[in-house]
Amino acid sequence: MRFALDDGTALFAYTGGKPWTPGRPTVVFAHGALHDHSVWTLLARWYAHHGHAVLAVDLPGHGRSDGPVPDSVEAMAGRLLALLDAAGAAEVRLVGHSMGALVALEMAARAPQRAAALVLLGMAYPMKVSPALLATAAEDPGRAIAMVNAFSHSGMAAKPSYPGPGTWLHGANAALLHRMQAAAPGNLFAHDFRLCDAYARGLEAAAAVRCPARLIAGIHDVMTPRRATAEIAGALRAEVVDIAAGHALMQEAPDAVLNALRQVIPALRPPGDAP
Amino acid sequence: MPGASDPAFDTLALHAGAAPDPATGARATPLHLTTSFVFESSEHAASLFNMERAGHVYSRISNPTTAVFEERIAALEGGAGAIATASGQAALHLAIATIAGAGSHIVASASLYGGSHNLLAYTLKRFGIETTFVRPRDLDAWRAALRPQTRLVFGESLGNPGLDVLDIPEVAAIAHGHGVPLLVDATFTTPWLQKPFELGADLVFHSATKFLSGHGTVVGGALVDSGRFDWERSGRFPELTEPYAGFHDMVFSQESTVGAFLLRARREGLRDFGACMSPHTAWLILQGLETLPLRMARHVDNARKVVGFLAGHPMVARVGYPELESHPDHALAKRLLPRGCGSVFSFDLQGHRAQGVAFIEALRLFSHLANVGDCRSLVIHPASTTHFRMDDAALAAAGIGPGTIRLSIGLEDPDDLVADLKAALKAAEKAGTR
Repeated sequence: MRFALDDGTALFAYTGGKPWTPGRPTVVFAHGALHDHSVWTLLARWYAHHGHAVLAVDLPGHGRSDGPVPDSVEAMAGRLLALLDAAGAAEVRLVGHSMGALVALEMAARAPQRAAALVLLGMAYPMKVSPALLATAAEDPGRAIAMVNAFSHSGMAAKPSYPGPGTWLHGANAALLHRMQAAAPGNLFAHDFRLCDAYARGLEAAAAVRCPARLIAGIHDVMTPRRATAEIAGALRAEVVDIAAGHALMQEAPDAVLNALRQVIPALRPPGDAP
Repeated sequence: MPGASDPAFDTLALHAGAAPDPATGARATPLHLTTSFVFESSEHAASLFNMERAGHVYSRISNPTTAVFEERIAALEGGAGAIATASGQAALHLAIATIAGAGSHIVASASLYGGSHNLLAYTLKRFGIETTFVRPRDLDAWRAALRPQTRLVFGESLGNPGLDVLDIPEVAAIAHGHGVPLLVDATFTTPWLQKPFELGADLVFHSATKFLSGHGTVVGGALVDSGRFDWERSGRFPELTEPYAGFHDMVFSQESTVGAFLLRARREGLRDFGACMSPHTAWLILQGLETLPLRMARHVDNARKVVGFLAGHPMVARVGYPELESHPDHALAKRLLPRGCGSVFSFDLQGHRAQGVAFIEALRLFSHLANVGDCRSLVIHPASTTHFRMDDAALAAAGIGPGTIRLSIGLEDPDDLVADLKAALKAAEKAGTR
């Protein structure tokens, strides 16, 4: 559903197949560069059907959410906080992937009293993007999208596939990247990558975070390599859970990601119980 | 993996969707002949049914072996995913039934496989879905046929049997201008010869019975989605953009931005119509797909040699192969099918009907049967078999004459094929002197 913000824009959040219920313990999912909420739908549905309220957002200027696209991770986090205000979500468990992990971290630092848990997937800090890839993203986004799509996957046969059998993950991700790029004014791909590259407040933000934190890392991730998690994990005093996947963790290993998430954000009730 | 680009076609044909089996170490794709899959717990069962987890429940909906085939054909086409079906006809029906219903309208090429023509012209009409057929080369006719109720534009990459080359970029632009997707039957070309998604198509289906399987052993189909068509922006497809009471009030376009079509096709179409592929069939087609690049190259080489022979023979009035300058789509084929125009084509014999009969009956290597895309060479007379329900006008519109013979060139030694044809043409010539 779309939430109207005070500035006259509206942001979309997928609610996991359940109506939005303010006041319930809430899990917020923030996607990565040139993605939208649909990278989270299995997890979002699971939490929505296990006692939580869910907001899997389309970040500003992405997918179904109005622009403009904020010009920094900090501004992106500010807009996400505005969404929580509009939705009436006082305290949330924050889950972010890649660029969305930076946004979640920054949000947990800006409003530590509102963050009950922080889980960062596909996280690296600093999240530097190679100058060559930044240049390609600016000059030939189609080619850069193909490169990032290939870098994001660790193999050709991740099972059981996402969101279900019969999905070719490379093709689905490429289609999503192209759809997001085509729908956005300007070069959203280059913009998102510049945001990741420029974010420099990670350690400062980590020091301000008060809630329990966890990192979930793909051991085959070449976009945000496992070795690049150590400093930020230390600053957050966070355990790093390794999963046999590449950067596209939620797609390549949805069950393993759920199991790792459940240790930090457990189900609130068994399935079938009335909410 | 991972590299700076996705693997190339020949690699995908062998590896996409498959890895050594984690349970047994088996290197080849295991054949999972099972109807059902054990749940780990009640919670696991509920989460699978409610699409909170991905996995297999019942083999009508999905199966591990079938899923490998689905992922592989999607990879070869450059799509987001695929659904394996009981036949090519089931794939066409699934595509239509997912986004059209009573009151919907389809614009289709007139140059179609007879079974597809039957479905559109007669059977779907009974269910309230109307089709307007247009000559595929007439772009104005495609535009003029569109109605507010149009939900799909459909053609064959190479029309059966005249090999009309579908101008996919132009027809896709016409469809997209109207907010509807273009569906392409790519059976004759396979992704080795042409990738319709790269040219602008949105959905592709195959009769996997033909070149994908390649050995004339099984019947199957595949429906592939590019993931590129924006159903929400179109505004014409409430089936995908509004809650579906038949599956948890799911809004498929929100559930998966790029997989909405396949989600509904699987969650509704396979569930309710049930035209699924057997895992055994999927396993056999996978054996074929592994050699698709090798076979298609040989199919095309052999076809060129046979076409060259027939085009110079005095008993042959016409050879309908787009690589010949005489074919009306020669220039288009050079642009859209640079690797070749496949190995199914038709030609017209000189003489009367009895000579046609004599020709077919004199063939020894070619098999007279209703199929194409086999590794063995095949022959058929379309007007009396595959297209027999079409009247003369429809036959003419599809480029079929009463003396048209359709060949599917296999993988035999091309000299043997030419020798067989030469002998049969001689028999036909003799029949004309009686």
